[in-house]
Amino acid sequence: MNNKEPAVKLRGITKTFGPVVANHNVSLDICRGEIIALLGENGSGKTTLMNMLSGIYFPDEGQIFIDGREVVIRSPKDANALGIGMIHQHFKLVDVLTATENIILGLKGHGRLDLKAASARIREICSMYGFDLDPDQKIYDMSVSQKQTVEIIKVLYRNADILILDEPTAVLTPQETDKLFAVLRNMRDDGKAIIIITHKLNEVLEISDRVDVLRHGEFIGSLITSETNTQEMTDMMVGHSVSLNIDRPDPVNPQPKVEVRGLSVRSEDGLQKLKDVSFDIRSGEILGIAGISGCGQKELLEAIAGLQPIEEGSISYITSDGKKVSLVGLDPQEILKLGVALSFVPEDRLGMGLVANMDLTDNMMLRSFRRGKSIFTDRVFPKKLAGDVVKELSVNTPGLSTPVRRLSGGNVQKVLVGREIANAPSVLLTAYAVRGLDINSSYTIYDLLNEQKKKGVGVVYVGEDLDVLLELADRILVLCGGRVSGIVNGRSVTKQEVGLLMTSLGGEDNNG
Amino acid sequence: MDKKNRGPLCHIVKRPAIPWYQAWGIRLAALILALLFCAVVTMVLTGDNPISIYLTIYEGSFATPRRFWVLMQNLAILLCISLAMAPAFRMRFWNIGGEGQVMIGCLVCAAEMIYLGGDIPNAVLIILMIVSSLAAGAVWGMIPAFFKAKWNTNETLFTLMMNYVATQLVAFFIIIWESPKGSGKVGIINQKSMAGWLPTIADNKYLLNVLIVSVLTVVIFIYMKYSKHGYELAVVGESERTARYVGIKVGNVIVRTMALSGAICGLAGFLLVAGTDHTITTTLSGGRGFTAVMVAWMAKFNPLGMIFTSFLLVFLGKGAGEISTNFGLNQSFSDILSGIIIFFLIGCEFFISYRLVFRKGEK
Repeated sequence: MNNKEPAVKLRGITKTFGPVVANHNVSLDICRGEIIALLGENGSGKTTLMNMLSGIYFPDEGQIFIDGREVVIRSPKDANALGIGMIHQHFKLVDVLTATENIILGLKGHGRLDLKAASARIREICSMYGFDLDPDQKIYDMSVSQKQTVEIIKVLYRNADILILDEPTAVLTPQETDKLFAVLRNMRDDGKAIIIITHKLNEVLEISDRVDVLRHGEFIGSLITSETNTQEMTDMMVGHSVSLNIDRPDPVNPQPKVEVRGLSVRSEDGLQKLKDVSFDIRSGEILGIAGISGCGQKELLEAIAGLQPIEEGSISYITSDGKKVSLVGLDPQEILKLGVALSFVPEDRLGMGLVANMDLTDNMMLRSFRRGKSIFTDRVFPKKLAGDVVKELSVNTPGLSTPVRRLSGGNVQKVLVGREIANAPSVLLTAYAVRGLDINSSYTIYDLLNEQKKKGVGVVYVGEDLDVLLELADRILVLCGGRVSGIVNGRSVTKQEVGLLMTSLGGEDNNG
Repeated sequence: MDKKNRGPLCHIVKRPAIPWYQAWGIRLAALILALLFCAVVTMVLTGDNPISIYLTIYEGSFATPRRFWVLMQNLAILLCISLAMAPAFRMRFWNIGGEGQVMIGCLVCAAEMIYLGGDIPNAVLIILMIVSSLAAGAVWGMIPAFFKAKWNTNETLFTLMMNYVATQLVAFFIIIWESPKGSGKVGIINQKSMAGWLPTIADNKYLLNVLIVSVLTVVIFIYMKYSKHGYELAVVGESERTARYVGIKVGNVIVRTMALSGAICGLAGFLLVAGTDHTITTTLSGGRGFTAVMVAWMAKFNPLGMIFTSFLLVFLGKGAGEISTNFGLNQSFSDILSGIIIFFLIGCEFFISYRLVFRKGEK
């Protein structure tokens, strides 16, 4: 299949955003009847490159050939006309419309709108590739994987035969991922060219025929999947050899630090987000929290941190001499005043944990600016702290007065984690602490969490990568639809078991 | 490449951060371009010599010491109101109610001059006037802030509406206080006793205002940059969620900051009534509550930068008046010139953050 004319040929593509070179002189080929994995760490320019192919960005330099003919793709419409379709990481669907209505949205029809004919064609596409979808279902009734199916069919409906999927498995359970991969294989066998953007190595091995690796915006090389292994791909992706084992020291004398009992939380619009959740956070232990995204992880952490009003239940902090302090109804400032050293690394780093437009020093100050009686802020201490964090966590920054929005995701996370750890917490809550980070930064964060654990801190780690959770956490609490579906031992449980708990309420009785 | 199949003519590329001198170079270039463009417009529309028109604009502000001091007075009042806007805007609270906050300050001030003038010692009266006009402005600013904090109402509409309420209140009281009866004007208050008039320094009735506003500029600059309050309001403006996350009480900060913003507007009202005009009309603020919004924006809410931007706007305004009398041109023509200059200056900010890349010729 490789001696055919490639469906897509990129030659010397360069794209810059201000000082950031997103892609530099990238050339690669994509053939029909082939699944290509575009592999690279976050920030290596995978999505940018594909956005140029799908008409969202325009390259600064370089040429694009489709079926051997040079083309200029100025807009998603041009891309569409060339048979290129991209399924983005964040779905672009109208909630109140049905699948069919979403799929035909934006298409110019002739004569009357014929929804029936459209549904018929959608059913045809579904049966052809093995999708499972009801065209008349409303989007708001759908699960994440169903929404993704709608996005894929939307592209197929427009006759795309070059499909780009941007991190399609990020939101799926292991079972849903298997289903998606089966469909992708069907499409490949039908002669479509498929590109999946990913940084998960086991998925690359499972689905792709060929791997193209990008690093720092440059094309590093192409590998035949069947002839390579995880270690080789990682080394290419990172540029030097990395060890892939996560350390997991045994917990020393774990004692309950935070006790959550019967916690129920409703969102502002009255949706039940958490229902009757009970568990303990123990000192010297990492408690992993698993679940499909949006299953109440965010609400759970925010409720403990005092940012989320509670409907029912109790949250108490257990002091070192065994006294219980209720945290219900307190805001973060009041919790701190009680002497409870609770640190929280939220999911939304720049929107909640840090102020994007402020510099490192000012961001360090967020936790400490109230200290002292003076009406003026003390910038000496935060400046020193910022300097220490930069040095100890090797944050890559032009200086302490650089706004944090200019830093890369990994460095932003280091700044945030560094600040939260500086408080010498006894409980550390982290949500998606390594989301968007490259491998090296991820391992730095794992090390930092382990270090806190060894100091006796009760660490909560909400994660999305099950492989990491299984390697890092001592216990794993699985959430399903806002309820605890099981608390399992991180050392003995398998990925499939956690996957099942994520989708069904299986293990209420394991609770404890 | 065939002709149909070309890339777009130009596309926009974000610039890296550029050094300050380059940024100011771009701004200067914009000013020069604006002046050239104005010259062309002037010649085409009026046939007058643009150089002499520019000279006249300059003379409008600097020809006589009196003109210079009038310029300084207008600058001081506009800057004072702009300083009020700065903390609110830094907090992303779009306070366009400066006009109303100034007017309510004027109203309270005038009321005390009329009802208490001569009954209590002058020093006590003036202190009372200062306190109450600050308080009145603060209350006027706190009302929309309270609603915003409590029920997340839209502050832009709310503050705008408060302007009309304040102006109508002033109109109502002018009818009650009118003197002489039937004139529809208040006239100079306490013309003989000068009760409640601010003292003059070195026989210059504008100097005290200028000094007060200068001190205020420095105070606000320090408040915004170095105080805990200033830090809190910046965090609230950048991200309310972050503010909640670190336990800042967002509602309190909004109300507190708007109280400050309103109070400074109230001070501007006090300076106008007690310092210079000694009367009250519905147009005493003269739209400066809105011009201040532009002054604050152009200086990116930096109190020191506002000195320059408010100077620019006052200078252009004075020059505009001058050419309309000297050349017999309609006042609107000078407004056109001011408009062009401001358009260029605001527009050039785009070129500081972005540059255009044009399609290259055939390779």
